[in-house]
Amino acid sequence: MLHTIIKQNSYQDSVNLMLLTNKLSTMEGVNKVQVMMGTPANKDIFKSSGLYSEDLERAAANDMCIVVDTDADEKIEEILEEIDTYLNNQSINNSKEEFQTVKTWDKAMKALPNANMALISTPGQYAAEEADKALDNGLHVLIFSDNVTVEDERRLKEKAHDKGLLVMGPDCGTSIVSGVPVAFANVVKPGNIGIVGASGTGIQEVSVQVDRLGGGVSSAIGTGGRDLSDKIGAITMLDAIRALANHKDTEVITMISKPPAKEVRDEVVELLQSVSKPVVAIFLGEEPHNHEGNIYYANTLEETAAIAVDLASGNTVKPNYYGAAIEVPSVNLNADQKTIKGLYSGGTLGYEAATLISRGLGLAQSGHHDEGYLLSADGFEVADLGDDIYTQGKPHPMIDPDTRIQFFKKAAEDDSTAIILFDVVLGYGSHEDMASALVPGIQKIQQEAKAKGKEIYFVATVCGTNQDPQDIADQKAKLESAGVILRDSNNQAVRTALGMLDIQIEEKDKEVVAGKETASKDFTVSEAIEKLLKEKPSVVNVGLKKFTEAITANNGRVVQFDWRPVAGGNERMRKVLSVLR
Amino acid sequence: MYGQYNTIDEANRAVLDKIVAGAPFLLDVVPAKSVIEELNGKVLLHAGPPTKWENMPSPMQGSCVGAALFEGWASNADEAFKMLENGEVEFIPCHHVNAVGPMGGITSGSMPVLVVENRDGGNRAYCTMNEGIGKVLRFGAYSEEVTNRLAWMRDVLGPVLSKALKETEDGMNINVMIAKAITMGDEFHQRNIAGSLIFLKEIAPYILKTDASEEEKQAVIKFLADTDQFFLNIAMATGKSIMDTARTIQHGTVVTAMCRNGYEFGIRIAGMGDQWFTAPVNTPQGLFFTGYSQDMACSDMGDSAITETFGVGGFAMIAAPGVTRFVGAGGFEDALKTSNEMLEICIDQNPNFSIPTWDFQGSCLGIDARKVVELGIEPVINTGIAHKEAGVGQIGAGTVRAPLACFEKAIDAYAVKLGLIDPQ
Repeated sequence: MLHTIIKQNSYQDSVNLMLLTNKLSTMEGVNKVQVMMGTPANKDIFKSSGLYSEDLERAAANDMCIVVDTDADEKIEEILEEIDTYLNNQSINNSKEEFQTVKTWDKAMKALPNANMALISTPGQYAAEEADKALDNGLHVLIFSDNVTVEDERRLKEKAHDKGLLVMGPDCGTSIVSGVPVAFANVVKPGNIGIVGASGTGIQEVSVQVDRLGGGVSSAIGTGGRDLSDKIGAITMLDAIRALANHKDTEVITMISKPPAKEVRDEVVELLQSVSKPVVAIFLGEEPHNHEGNIYYANTLEETAAIAVDLASGNTVKPNYYGAAIEVPSVNLNADQKTIKGLYSGGTLGYEAATLISRGLGLAQSGHHDEGYLLSADGFEVADLGDDIYTQGKPHPMIDPDTRIQFFKKAAEDDSTAIILFDVVLGYGSHEDMASALVPGIQKIQQEAKAKGKEIYFVATVCGTNQDPQDIADQKAKLESAGVILRDSNNQAVRTALGMLDIQIEEKDKEVVAGKETASKDFTVSEAIEKLLKEKPSVVNVGLKKFTEAITANNGRVVQFDWRPVAGGNERMRKVLSVLR
Repeated sequence: MYGQYNTIDEANRAVLDKIVAGAPFLLDVVPAKSVIEELNGKVLLHAGPPTKWENMPSPMQGSCVGAALFEGWASNADEAFKMLENGEVEFIPCHHVNAVGPMGGITSGSMPVLVVENRDGGNRAYCTMNEGIGKVLRFGAYSEEVTNRLAWMRDVLGPVLSKALKETEDGMNINVMIAKAITMGDEFHQRNIAGSLIFLKEIAPYILKTDASEEEKQAVIKFLADTDQFFLNIAMATGKSIMDTARTIQHGTVVTAMCRNGYEFGIRIAGMGDQWFTAPVNTPQGLFFTGYSQDMACSDMGDSAITETFGVGGFAMIAAPGVTRFVGAGGFEDALKTSNEMLEICIDQNPNFSIPTWDFQGSCLGIDARKVVELGIEPVINTGIAHKEAGVGQIGAGTVRAPLACFEKAIDAYAVKLGLIDPQ
């Protein structure tokens, strides 16, 4: 039956009324409904939709007409209430974003005229092209993307150097620019320690340890893993060292790298020696025996941070940072259980573990292994699960627990496994609650082991600070309640695991010997580089939207560039566009 | 290679300069056949790129029937259908004779058309007048009510407006009306109520001055007061007159026309002159009157996308908060996103039409076909939605996108024409 209700003088926009009509149509017991203003044209529409009644003739153009076809008369009251609620709540909830979203460089630069940096996380084959455009716009570039050719890297870095700009990366996971964490980075206290590193998780662990030991970081510049290769020649590393040397508020410089090509190493060390500030350097995998002049060499990332914090607070550098005994829990192992499986999400943390375990076992430095293995000897294994071969079509293990849980299971199936060693990396970019994601897998493995009459021990380190977006105390508590043995640093976690198998590594005292005399170097840097270390960055974020969080939360400014491949990847159109420039 | 211009960017800039320099004036309302020579035979104009009877969607065919009845070519609908099916009536795109037409765009010789002159180029453009809503020819209705209204428009509305316009000193300056209306919430495609009001306010004193009868004056003013979308057709003729001047520069990649015939979407770019680049049309998505739904929607039609070509319509969504919810169920933020997205495929902004809700930024200026292809952002068009069967009329309103393939074909052809790439 048709019911006609006319609300006099209650004008509403036709769009509102259409939306209202759609809403009312979904109510139970309503066969058909139409809400419109009473204009002659609308009355015709009522006619053609079979909802016309004589009552409508009373309605004028400014009267709202509601015609309901319902078998349940009592519905009318409900419908009228619904209409009132709807009309009274028309304001639409907006979650206003703190940044603009653009799709072209033109608009990006208009939206953020003071932009001084681009963060590029496009698929690798397009990253060089976008980095090039960023440089043309006068921006420093952090290339998070991997799979950029070494030729492109060299070309981009030379171009940047000539323009007085920095290219961080490619495959640079971490930087902290004037206190703003960029990509995968932790929130560390501000301070006077500047970091430059060819390793993402190396920077994360050192900056986290600095924070834990009471120090603070001015900036941390990631160079990308290949920067110190002979093909690149440390272009970014050298510029970053100059920048930190020149930066007033940086009093200690910390340098992190895997062992580089000899000529490159010499050039970097020579530059570091001529800096008038103390320097802490770690070439991961080397076993330095002395400090030389202003350069203090460390064996582990934790030691690197400890020396830096001592220097930064004006303390004397200790001859040995490994004096304190590490608590080793007593273990109950079967005769077969003799090995450690290190399953890392952080490549450099894994590399450090492989180095320490090799030393503990008296193996020569491990060299290259297949399939992302950093160590594979006598059943001892350390794997970098963030290696390309594990991340094809899958998220990085810092974001996704699946790969790691698979490897945990595989490790537990090996009868020789006594200890599973791993890392949980917190900070921006990483999983919001990795502990909860891993714990069920860990508990299942422990139960299955118990059923077989043995114990499998889990030893881990949580790489994070109290300021990180994840609640570190909560992460630790969750892991500990699952029986995971936690240590404050990766170094301590590895030594604990080795200790549980009665393996110790002895660290010798280091002496300070005189450094080589060096010719004085020019440390002037461009205005753009000076500004990068002095001011909160304004970032054009090309690619992963997730990266904007860290920047806005730490008072950097950002514009989101929703990147798509040119012409959707249509090759003919790419060619046409390139000739129509 | 690009005529007197060194680069495509320079040529494009020259086209943009012409658009900004456009000085459109509404001069007159006259019978179409008095200004469009071709309409003196059994000829109908239609919207969009060239098409054939058999490819026209049902509402467009309905419009043809209505026009045939209105012209007295047939005495009933059946006769009219037969005649049209037999190919007795020639079809010409409006765009080929300096005209544009809404929805079906069906225009016959006796229909009155608005005459807009662009004083910058000295050229004129024509468009029929808005018939209001409900059962109207442009949505395919052809009942007696429709032809009666058309007759009244021919016999009363057209002549009275013509007399009134002649009373003005120099015609009516349309830029001024657009600049005002855009600050009052119009985007000139979905919403024209402010423009229509301004037009009424400007023209009313002149209507009163004419020698038309009191009854006629009153009927004309009543019609203008009732017809919220009256200004749409003025905006369309304006867009056409300006884009036609701009495309006298036959270089570069600026889009100079977008239109649809219910079968194909067609575009032109400056560097390719009169050539159409077409692709199958999409079907608009939107909100529907009760009893109607998406599956009853007719495919996209009309020359009204000339408003978007000119930089308003869907591109100026942000100017018209009142109709933003047609872009989805969203609000102001969605409108802002739409206009910002459209800005990405445009070269610049038009200082003539500053939009308060957009921090007084100018309306979009100059769609670059290269950018459309590069970014894969298809121009958004605000549009009325016709029922897919003739005679039902408008069943809703919403938005539709211009198909990417038109733009790909256009820049491909241009690169080939310039000898920069081999044909595929």
